[in-house]
Amino acid sequence: MRKPFDIKRYPGFFPITCLCLFLLYTPLIVVMVYSFNDSNSITNWGGMSLRWYEEVFYGVESQKFKKAAFNSLSIAICAAITATTLAVCAAMAMLRTGVFRGQTLSFALINLPLMVPEIVTAVATLVFFSAIGFKTGYASILIAHIVFCIPFAYLPIAARMQSVDATYEQAAQDLYATRFEAFRLVLLPLILPGVISGFLLAFIISLDDFIITNFVKGAGIETLPTAIFGSVKQGIKPSIMAISTLLLLLSVVFVTLSYFVGRKGQQTP
Amino acid sequence: MAQIGSSARSSVKGGTFAGLGPLLMLPSWVVIGFFLVLPVILMLVYSFLTKEFRGGVIWEFSVNAYDQFFFNRGLFGDEAPTIEWTYINIFWRSIWQAGLATVLCLFIGFPTAWFIATRSGHSKSMWLFLITIPYWVNLLIRTISLKFLIRDTGPMNTWLMSWGIIDQPIHIINSNLAVQLGLFYSYLPFMVLPIYASVERYDFSLSEAAADLYSTRMETLRQIIIPVVKPGIIAGCILVFVPSLGAFLAPDLLGGSKTFMIGSLIEEQFKGNAGNWPFGAAVSMILLSLVLIALMFYARSQSSARKATRAAD
Amino acid sequence: MNTAVEIENVTKRYGDVVALSSVSLAIEDNEFFTLLGPSGCGKTTLLRSIAGFEQLSQGDIKLFGDSIVDLPPNKRPVNTVFQHYALFPHLTVADNVGFGLQRQRLPSHEIASRVADILEMVQLGSYADRLPSMLSGGQQQRVALARALAPRPRLLLLDEPLSALDLKLRQDVRVELQQIQHDTGITFIFVTHDQEEALTMSDRIAVMSEGVLQQVGTPRQIYEAPDNRFVADFIGDTNLIDVQVTQVLDQCATCVLPGGASIACNNMAGASVGAGHLSVRPERVTLGPVDGSALQGEVSRLTYLGTDIHVTVALSDGGKMDVRVQNSDSAAIPQPGSTIGLYLDIAAARLLVD
Ligand SMILES: Nc1ncnc2c1ncn2[C@@H]1O[C@H](COP(=O)(O)OP(=O)(O)O)[C@@H](O)[C@H]1O
Ligand SMILES: [Mg+2]
Repeated sequence: MRKPFDIKRYPGFFPITCLCLFLLYTPLIVVMVYSFNDSNSITNWGGMSLRWYEEVFYGVESQKFKKAAFNSLSIAICAAITATTLAVCAAMAMLRTGVFRGQTLSFALINLPLMVPEIVTAVATLVFFSAIGFKTGYASILIAHIVFCIPFAYLPIAARMQSVDATYEQAAQDLYATRFEAFRLVLLPLILPGVISGFLLAFIISLDDFIITNFVKGAGIETLPTAIFGSVKQGIKPSIMAISTLLLLLSVVFVTLSYFVGRKGQQTP
Repeated sequence: MAQIGSSARSSVKGGTFAGLGPLLMLPSWVVIGFFLVLPVILMLVYSFLTKEFRGGVIWEFSVNAYDQFFFNRGLFGDEAPTIEWTYINIFWRSIWQAGLATVLCLFIGFPTAWFIATRSGHSKSMWLFLITIPYWVNLLIRTISLKFLIRDTGPMNTWLMSWGIIDQPIHIINSNLAVQLGLFYSYLPFMVLPIYASVERYDFSLSEAAADLYSTRMETLRQIIIPVVKPGIIAGCILVFVPSLGAFLAPDLLGGSKTFMIGSLIEEQFKGNAGNWPFGAAVSMILLSLVLIALMFYARSQSSARKATRAAD
Repeated sequence: MNTAVEIENVTKRYGDVVALSSVSLAIEDNEFFTLLGPSGCGKTTLLRSIAGFEQLSQGDIKLFGDSIVDLPPNKRPVNTVFQHYALFPHLTVADNVGFGLQRQRLPSHEIASRVADILEMVQLGSYADRLPSMLSGGQQQRVALARALAPRPRLLLLDEPLSALDLKLRQDVRVELQQIQHDTGITFIFVTHDQEEALTMSDRIAVMSEGVLQQVGTPRQIYEAPDNRFVADFIGDTNLIDVQVTQVLDQCATCVLPGGASIACNNMAGASVGAGHLSVRPERVTLGPVDGSALQGEVSRLTYLGTDIHVTVALSDGGKMDVRVQNSDSAAIPQPGSTIGLYLDIAAARLLVD
């Protein structure tokens, strides 16, 4: 029997999609699998073992990595909270205050961190900090992270806010709510899924960053990516694969979380 | 992404928080203005200063950095200037690498985006989810994974040899191909997502109308679908091309010393003692200008596309 | 009687678009007042100006004698039933209805009892804990009404509250709304583009077009004595005949019809010698023999409407006339193609200048 004519179907597109997923996933899966390799040589398979995970948590370098992980996580949380707060304010300014002078410019400014190549941002920030005599370290990393997290937090928040009709806040005001109450009792609950997505996005982006951190961190402080990069420069070690696997799982958990938050939000617009 | 904000303004009458715009915008202005705009301006200034050996600048106006980039005046700077190809070639190679990676992404990304966008309901969001997950995995980890996989002694070569498909390891690492593969792998989701968003909005009755008027699938693809979803395709290409151009990790980890790209050139000027800050600043400014030109091209194509759809309404 | 709302010379511009152009209007207390006009004529803009969501370009709005233009919406004793209800999707029905009372800082036991009472009034007592998304369109409409009534505003604004309901429900809700307005004694300003809705519900109607107020009057005045061509044409069906006014004497105008026949007309909205328009409703025209008729034409089309038959007559000068004939009188129904005479009910024909 002939297949019914389907206007949306293009032969070959399905295999290409599979190829696409294959290319995206193979390296990750291979690293995950090899992180359980018992052999000392990273290329030969020597059976299953958790020894590299043990090394990550208790080995000689474990202190260094724990410290780096703490820095990464605490910076990511602080940067994401700050960036999300700024992004909520910015989204209200762009979408809920009518037209004001400099609005278009403000929109460009919010998105500027996405437009300037990361490497340029990195060296510019470094040069700037050294010019104003700001000591590089934890604070400089945090500031740099806040800057480039803003647009990532802004996108889902603004998208959500745009889909929430301004009439809801007007209805609240009509019912004697002040502007702040209209925000707190109506707008904020309605954009909450967007705010959470924005926060998670900013969190992952901060956790992810290598290039900018690598430049502005200065000596004596590491985040997970810079610590990993430092190790890899001397060759890929199995413990690095174990750390990578852990980070990978963390990212996947976060994305899954933000995916479900987003979906739940869509059901009650 | 550029649509959010600009188009919404007209639909919201007055605005609940009318008059508070500048106040709400202020924190972002301060943070981004002080810690990004100022630094970039400072870089622009630095690119016109004199270099201090072992890093740093001397506050003396000079165009030496740009001169060094474009012209060769001999070892002592006293010969007649000839065009200096070293750096232009690095730029050219970067553009070429980024361009190839973009084309590769487009050829894989378009069919993928189309396929996903034409799934129904639940399976669509599953596919989309699968495509986006790798994007959220740390770029460094992804690059390391790829490096591990394709090394001469890596699993790929080991398996291929043990299955007897090859008898010599395929040498990919430290080559242009590895860098392209790395860039492709890094930014593929950036290509898929905007095209997906465009195809989502595509009205399939257009395809039906085309088929009704005797057009084959391929003719429909070429003459109807691609022109209609073009804004998404351009957005995808820009989103892959721009970060590829300034990429640092892929060339550094996968390309080795032979495949020097702009990112590494800039990095070299600011790390260690051999640095030349004004020159690094100048290279950064040239890179930034290229990116801004690409973005302007993008903005123009998006706004003309929006005008076209508005005219059709 | 007391004036509830005074709208004085209100103008609202959006850039080059003039949404309201010098609108002046007085609305009495306890009145069911309707703003009627085609979509885009500025009804919502006027309503939102009263509620406080639009900054006027010019003019003043007074509520029971006091100017309110400088008050923010949350300080105006005015509530709105929004066009698509704008029920807060994350709050239950009871929380929605109690929202305004909470903002007024009423004690919680009073809020609870008032919410319960008003939900009872709109017959939604058992739905208090549901979310709005779990209600039907008609129920949502009643929650929106209850929410706006709960704070006991002095003025209630309703922006096309029935447009999202289906026909049958709409007719029931019309009666309910009138009843509620009567019982509560709150002044209603009701916006609609549906002339039937306006005619059946309102004490008075204001007809608007392109930001300009065209006529204010009772439903009967609006229908039977329109002030201008727009109102005559927008409310119900009408035939507009171009006439030449040759003489105006003592509220009696002599008009020359296209065919040359001359008639005297004393139902007019201010006439002067020159070109004019005669508005005649289709049900006020009768068909008859050609001889002695004011206008003649050829029957071009019959449309069956059930109780009535709609006869379209092509006049000899190129114009056309619509005539409504009752279906009961089969002898009076002409054949398509036949030539026929038209007789106008002069008392019901209104002479309009523009
Ligand atoms: N925020 C706005 N910006 C520009 N024009 C507007 C805005 N709001 C309304 N208008 C214009 O004002 C006119 C009246 O609109 P509106 O009051 O909504 O009409 P109605 O409710 O009678 O359908 C329309 O032409 C509309 O396009
Ligand atoms: Mg309206």
